[in-house]
Amino acid sequence: MKTYLLPSIKITIILLVLLSGLYPLAIAAIGKLTPGHGDGETLQYKGRIVGYANEGQKFTKDEYFWSRPSATNYQADAGVGSNKGPTNADYLNKDVKGRIDTFLKHNPGVTKDQIPAELVTASGSGLDPDLSPAGAKVQAARIAKVRGISVQRVSALVDAHTEKPLLGLFGPPKVNVLKLNIALDELKK
Amino acid sequence: MNTEYIGIIFMYLATIALAIPLGKYIARVFKGEKTWLDFMAPLERLIFKFSGIDPNREMNWKQHLKALLTINVLWLFYAFFCLLFQGHLPLNPDKNPGQTPDLAFNTALSFLTNTNLQDYSGESGATYYTQLFVFMFLHFVSAATGVAAMMVVFRAMKDRVTDKLGNFWDYLVKAITRLFLPLSFVVAVILAFNGTPTSYKGKDTIIGLQGDTIHVSRGPAAAMIAIKQTGTNGGGWFGVNSAHPFENPNYLTNIVENISIILISISLVFALGYYLNKKKLAWVIFGVMTVGFLIMVIPSILAEVNGNPAIAHLGVSQPGGSMEGKEVRFGAAASAFWGITTTVTSNGSVNAMHDSMMPVSGMAQMFDMMINSFYGGVGVGYLNFYIFIIIAVFISGLMVGRTPEFMGRKIEAREMKIASLIALLHPFIILVGTSIAAYVLVHFPNADWATKPSAWLNNPGYHGFSEMLYQFTSSAANNGSGYAGLTANNVFWNVSTGLVIFVGRFFPIIGPVAIAGILANKKFTPESAGTLKTDTVTFGVMIFAVIIIVAALSFFPALTLGPIAEHFSLK
Repeated sequence: MKTYLLPSIKITIILLVLLSGLYPLAIAAIGKLTPGHGDGETLQYKGRIVGYANEGQKFTKDEYFWSRPSATNYQADAGVGSNKGPTNADYLNKDVKGRIDTFLKHNPGVTKDQIPAELVTASGSGLDPDLSPAGAKVQAARIAKVRGISVQRVSALVDAHTEKPLLGLFGPPKVNVLKLNIALDELKK
Repeated sequence: MNTEYIGIIFMYLATIALAIPLGKYIARVFKGEKTWLDFMAPLERLIFKFSGIDPNREMNWKQHLKALLTINVLWLFYAFFCLLFQGHLPLNPDKNPGQTPDLAFNTALSFLTNTNLQDYSGESGATYYTQLFVFMFLHFVSAATGVAAMMVVFRAMKDRVTDKLGNFWDYLVKAITRLFLPLSFVVAVILAFNGTPTSYKGKDTIIGLQGDTIHVSRGPAAAMIAIKQTGTNGGGWFGVNSAHPFENPNYLTNIVENISIILISISLVFALGYYLNKKKLAWVIFGVMTVGFLIMVIPSILAEVNGNPAIAHLGVSQPGGSMEGKEVRFGAAASAFWGITTTVTSNGSVNAMHDSMMPVSGMAQMFDMMINSFYGGVGVGYLNFYIFIIIAVFISGLMVGRTPEFMGRKIEAREMKIASLIALLHPFIILVGTSIAAYVLVHFPNADWATKPSAWLNNPGYHGFSEMLYQFTSSAANNGSGYAGLTANNVFWNVSTGLVIFVGRFFPIIGPVAIAGILANKKFTPESAGTLKTDTVTFGVMIFAVIIIVAALSFFPALTLGPIAEHFSLK
């Protein structure tokens, strides 16, 4: 073993310098050229930073589009999924059913079968920044009423913020909830 | 929904299209032929010179294993003590504390062995120092260790009698400088431009639009995420891995990361064909692996896309499929596809929570890890497959009454004993581990431990059993994904899975290397009319049958108690 120990130690040292020291520093240098300068891209409203573009945040007020349920309540330093199994009775009859009831209460006129499941199930990260276009539109009537604007205007805003699949081909369409809500606040009555 | 299907079909086809030329390239690198990355040569010379290593000194299989084990033991101690004392080490802007001894034991073993089971959460359980100088370092070198061991086996399969099987350090360094580092660099840059943080700044605190205070974890994550994907490592920067919107910001990064999971594993199969000039054999192996992969991936995608019947009963619609534990930007199909690619290889990164997936998916994921060689981890996946080849050669030899021969060498009792032991070790450690856990849970639910056994599980019934079975399967297969609902950060789970991880890594490396080394020393008989042909479809079917018989039958009873029972309870 001794013949191998000394070269092992030395090669470990030089690989540490190369792989753990220089390589991430090079990536950090390149990261300076990216939109968020490597710190994460932020969004502003009225000159104040109100969030990170990629990270979801909690929206529970009726005047905003609600984001998805989160097992971590959108704590961005402790993302976690619910890890509830598909046959877990407590999860189905308390968590999911409770969310359905809450949604129906705040959105009169919406029927159960119009609610897409993503609005009553927790995301994987607990920080999901997006909704499907249907998940946003089903909330349009509520928001229009609270804000005193027409449902058409709210729906049009959702359409304007819908991001198409990559190259129009790959993956689902989506709406970034934070961007959508900022746009909502920027709307003139 | 159609764009979701097109997305995953594109991912798979793009992987194959990249894997064939990459395989050719890898073969050229290890044959010592010219490649366009030869500008790395001065760097390699510097590494060897600094370390006092002569990369041209040939080693036999025992010397290879000694070098491999020595440096791995060194890394184990280095990692363990760094994790224990990370609170006092530099690069800790968030002031995170050191890990407990049992957690550090589990984490060090886990990253050393390319497993990356994570009983901690990156945001609070690690520092930037341990993320970069322990985890990312081990991401590179554990992947390179797998490739180096595989190269010994490749080299031994050449048609000449020899005990000279190349130089371990040469394989190790070249796997990094010619393969993992350049690929990771490209992936990291793509991630950086799509929003993954790269700077060394600590947490940010902001007030959200609705008025809530938010603490945002960050860090130089892009560099590490790139290698955790390409090196079939899987241990992510953030706790929720590639479900995290910083770790995997959009569908493009999802494509790049998902291709990275299986790219090198598949290209190594083609590399074998080019290295030994046995392209047909490579296609037979690729064919068997692909059939296995498709049998797993298709049902899983359908199950996730069709949604959870129990949720349907509650009256809501599931246009996006089963969405518990999934992210909207990926959708159900790409989450299921990732779940299978990450378990057929020994990657273990996740972009959705496996614990919340449908039982069909859970079964497919566990079955992938039980086989552990449908593509498999970088290097080691092929080593596992090699064991199945040896057994298949032996059995088919007996069936047709010919001397069992592989690549011109007779397979005899000694090689078969090693192969059988390695093949049976995997079910043994998984099933014994799960049984002990189940026994403790049932008989000592209120044992006076920091975490009572009755608090281990996050879900009742069959699914709860699956959580334990998954944890041991993932550990033995050096996968590292988890049914994350399991409360695993306690002495029982940290220690038991730590031991399983260790046994599940090093014996399946030692076994195949030993067999290959012994075979290389045997008399070489050129192929004749009497030789059992190994590069045919018939032989491919034979390997598949052996895999099904050995692996599937050993695990079927356990799977019945978990995901199969859960599936039939779901109406």
